[in-house]
Amino acid sequence: MFAFIIRRFFQAIFVMFLISLIGFSIQHQIGDPIRDLVGISVSKAEREALRDKLGLNDPFLVQYLRFIKKALHGDLGRSFFYKKPAVEVILSKAPATLELVFVTSILVIIFSIPLGIYCAIFPKKIISRLIMGISIIGVSIPVFLTAIMLIYIFSIKLGIMPSFGRGQTVHIFGYWDSGLFTLDGLKHLVMPSIALTSIMLPLFVRLIRAEMMEVLESEYIRFAWAKGLHPWRIWLVHAFKNTLLPVITVGGVQLGSLIAFTILTETVFQWQGLGFLFVEAVERADTTLLVAYLIFVGFVFVCINTIVDIIYGLVNPMVRVIGKK
Amino acid sequence: MQHLWSRLKQSYIFHSFIHDKVAIISSIILIILLLAGLLAPYIAPYNPYNTANIDIMDAETPPMWMEGGSAKFILGTDDQGRDMLSTMLYGMRVSLLIGLGAVMVQALLGITIGLIAGYFGGKLDNLLMRLADVQLSFSTLMVAIFMSAIFQTFFGIKQYEEMAIPFLIIVIGLAEWPQYARTVRASVLAEKKKEYVEAAKVIGFNAGKIMWKHILPNTLSPVLVISTIQVANAIMSEAALSFLGLGMPVTKPSLGSLINAGFEYIFSGSWWITIFPGILLVVLILVINLLGDWLRDVLNPKLYKG
Repeated sequence: MFAFIIRRFFQAIFVMFLISLIGFSIQHQIGDPIRDLVGISVSKAEREALRDKLGLNDPFLVQYLRFIKKALHGDLGRSFFYKKPAVEVILSKAPATLELVFVTSILVIIFSIPLGIYCAIFPKKIISRLIMGISIIGVSIPVFLTAIMLIYIFSIKLGIMPSFGRGQTVHIFGYWDSGLFTLDGLKHLVMPSIALTSIMLPLFVRLIRAEMMEVLESEYIRFAWAKGLHPWRIWLVHAFKNTLLPVITVGGVQLGSLIAFTILTETVFQWQGLGFLFVEAVERADTTLLVAYLIFVGFVFVCINTIVDIIYGLVNPMVRVIGKK
Repeated sequence: MQHLWSRLKQSYIFHSFIHDKVAIISSIILIILLLAGLLAPYIAPYNPYNTANIDIMDAETPPMWMEGGSAKFILGTDDQGRDMLSTMLYGMRVSLLIGLGAVMVQALLGITIGLIAGYFGGKLDNLLMRLADVQLSFSTLMVAIFMSAIFQTFFGIKQYEEMAIPFLIIVIGLAEWPQYARTVRASVLAEKKKEYVEAAKVIGFNAGKIMWKHILPNTLSPVLVISTIQVANAIMSEAALSFLGLGMPVTKPSLGSLINAGFEYIFSGSWWITIFPGILLVVLILVINLLGDWLRDVLNPKLYKG
């Protein structure tokens, strides 16, 4: 087990190394820190002097090592647009995205588990077919379109829901301004989280159903029936427990999709979170911020994936053995 | 020809096809949409790329059945005065082109890597599959968004827009190869042990020939199933990228950039600029997904999950 954790840990470091290398190459190729610092009204000679002073004429590798060293100290450069350290900008926007993801995850968990189990147990019933039919339509509607429809119906036609922004927020501590504790903030949260749920929920319902149906076919479930156990016990205790494992791993992969979908949802609702920040950074060619976002998201992502894998390894010894070969 | 037809008629696929209403209806709709996209320059009432046809005075005309609509523009016009129907047909053509092109890139890349990894095994296999794992764990849409953002900052918006179609094909193609690689590798591993492969080796065929001519044809059913779903995914990715402004420019819109362009006007009540391309996009993706589901049930190959 220890070897497994170590191996997984090194893989995570390797991926982070790759991400930082990509990030740095982008900054190195595209970004112009001199412009970021002094604007365009400074003479060429002065710029060159500044370049030398900042070490921007050093070899690629030397600059990369300096970049890594700074990054490890939590310094990813300054944003050209915000005139603030990029990490600070990102941290101030992160809570908005986290709240959106948090509410969406709760909605997905509450609905996907019962619906998925039901469709697996009674695959032939009309309700199951209806759920599966709706889920394939749900998978086929892009999240930004759902968001636009919601805005059109509830904000423009009916005029009962706010169409953009986070509404009134309360300062909690540090960088965290929360919209979860005011009525206005909650109201603003409803449509973005429904839009995001509309795309994540079908994925999980289909996943849980497929895994559960596979488990229900297995020998030990047949044995449980033969023993005469109560159906609910077989479904929920025996079958569902073993469905959860693959759902967690495949679900972990969906984290990346979730990040991509938050970018789309936040763009439609002008939700002041990380995804919106990313799109703005691309539009403004704010390279430092773009790279900082890439590294930040990559880091969060690698951490969560590594933890999920290690937990999975703890619960399921087979992974450790297979991973070794 | 006669022989082929009778073989097809007796095959299991054909049998399950004619007994599945959903599959029949989906494929009919898909064929109509494909033809409409392919023949867009001939059947579209106007040419939306030709600025001489466009009159800004026609901008935001509602569909013909609504008040203020005109029989000249069946589905109304967009914010620049282009006929919606024509623009949508051309847009679908672009979306389909990028979707199919991207899937070809992925398939070529993924099948080659999958064959090599599965056939040779060992360290190379390990390295390639690790790479695929890492890239897949980042989700294809996220990789595509990042890559096109980097491309756009690197080349500048103007140059990016001129080269948008090949760029998008490459970006989406590069982002999704692991799906193919993993599926093909899994089937290669199963096929490799069979006798016909050993026989081919004994005859003295080289590895390339055995991989492409002997093993690959036996791995086609899972490849066919994922190809269908991947086309839908690629079209969806393209729409998402265009919606974020990282894809097709408004002058040569795909369905995604049309939706994006119309979104600003939805607040002033011009819903048709967004909703019509949206419906077309959903129908297109939906019928491909339904066909993909049907194919998976019929062929029932061992697919990689996730």
